[in-house]
Amino acid sequence: MLITCPYCGPRDVIEFTYQGDGNRERPDPASQNFEAWNAYVYDRLNPAGDHNEIWQHSGGCRAHLRVVRNTLTHEISSVAFVRGDHSSAARRKAEDKP
Amino acid sequence: MAEYSALSLLANALKGNKDWKPAWRKPDPKASYDVIIIGGGGHGLATAYYLAKEHGITNVAVLEKGWLGSGNVGRNTTAVRSNYLLPANTRFYEHSMKLWEGLSHELNYNVMFSQRGCLNLAHTPAQFDDYARRGNAMRHLGVDAELMTPAEIKRLIPALDISDDARFPVVGGLMQRRAGTARHDAVAWGYARGADRRGVDIIENCEVTGFLRDGDRITGVTTSRGDIRAKKVAVAVAGSTGRVMQLAGVETMPIESHVLQAFVTESLKPFIDTVVTFGMGHFYMSQSDKGGLVYGGDIDGYNSYAQRGNLPIVDEVMSEMLALFPGLARVRMLRSWGGVCDMSMDGSPIITIGPLPGMYLNCGWCYGGFKATPASGWCFAWTIAKDQPHDFNAPFTLDRFHRGLVIDDKGQGANPRLH
Repeated sequence: MLITCPYCGPRDVIEFTYQGDGNRERPDPASQNFEAWNAYVYDRLNPAGDHNEIWQHSGGCRAHLRVVRNTLTHEISSVAFVRGDHSSAARRKAEDKP
Repeated sequence: MAEYSALSLLANALKGNKDWKPAWRKPDPKASYDVIIIGGGGHGLATAYYLAKEHGITNVAVLEKGWLGSGNVGRNTTAVRSNYLLPANTRFYEHSMKLWEGLSHELNYNVMFSQRGCLNLAHTPAQFDDYARRGNAMRHLGVDAELMTPAEIKRLIPALDISDDARFPVVGGLMQRRAGTARHDAVAWGYARGADRRGVDIIENCEVTGFLRDGDRITGVTTSRGDIRAKKVAVAVAGSTGRVMQLAGVETMPIESHVLQAFVTESLKPFIDTVVTFGMGHFYMSQSDKGGLVYGGDIDGYNSYAQRGNLPIVDEVMSEMLALFPGLARVRMLRSWGGVCDMSMDGSPIITIGPLPGMYLNCGWCYGGFKATPASGWCFAWTIAKDQPHDFNAPFTLDRFHRGLVIDDKGQGANPRLH
């Protein structure tokens, strides 16, 4: 399986670390909302089909990526930086690659 | 007379083997049942068997999407053990072990349960200490465990590289002698026949497509073979838990589905007569009665419903195998396959009432469900029949995460891919 990192291009899956369900919302660190923390830590969407998930390119540029991957076919339909293109260097690099 | 016996074998042989009854019927689904069990794998079939045998509930249907035993019950590496650290796990899996020890007689079906032992190798003194702690915890609860020295291990498994030159030298191991292997297909077939003969309808090629409801309450299922109503609907679908629960409107669960690969080599002469596990990675191996080495390693590590895996794990498993058994370098691998595992947030299962009224849930087996098959069915049947959990499965609730009562044997935290 190849993941096309927006910064580094297509790389083997062994360069990436899986961080799971990307639909979870991390509560504000000061939040004392028990239900929100419980949902963040334990509840997962687990679809058979397109899955919105977080990977880190830990063996490459170390960027955190939001990947939409089909859990039945492993087909990847989109890869983006988790925090958007906030880094100008990353944005320039991404624009270089059609 | 038992259905399968030396006498019936002889009698049928003399009559040209024309009179054997199929091990289970192929009934059409009825309009309603007392209990519907979704999932015709080991756990679902065992549940049906114990519902009929222990609780006299025989108006039961087991609905299987494919053919019987086509899922994880026929895909695992067949190891059976009860070597856990935490009391909730130890008690539950030891109950399972005791059921295994009588299972062939109980079912009148040879499940080829072979108590050949399971040896966990330690590669550092700290790991050996940790195994001593686990062994003591096991013995404290009446489970057998013994520590082995490298010399004893060498005698037990001559092919193992026990030298100081090994990549990860072996400093000892924890052995459970009563652990072993069983023939997984026979477990499914034996439970299926036992349930069928007591009146349970096993309905294959019947996919559940949705749930019938009366308000919040689950009152049945819609299937590819029509609507079926039931007083109680039990879900035992392992890796498909997420899909089935979504049909019931439960969007999130403390479960991720991951694929686990397994491998078998060409047949060899007797090579190892125990189950051995590697302590510096994730690798386990035993030898089947046909002679093939059956082995596996870690899950692929990302959500997957594909019953096949990717190459990095193949590479990792092979290198771990060669780290332990350099002599296997030129043995050919015959087959590899994958099964979808329901990885829970603490590595322990869920056998519980709910989460919706009229529903019962059995899931979260990670990749250790096979050894649990008898106790899982036994406890799930108890829970369904009595509407309360047995002491053995009372800790395995769905809301334990919410209540902070997780049962995390490995201490990995809420990260399913690490359990």
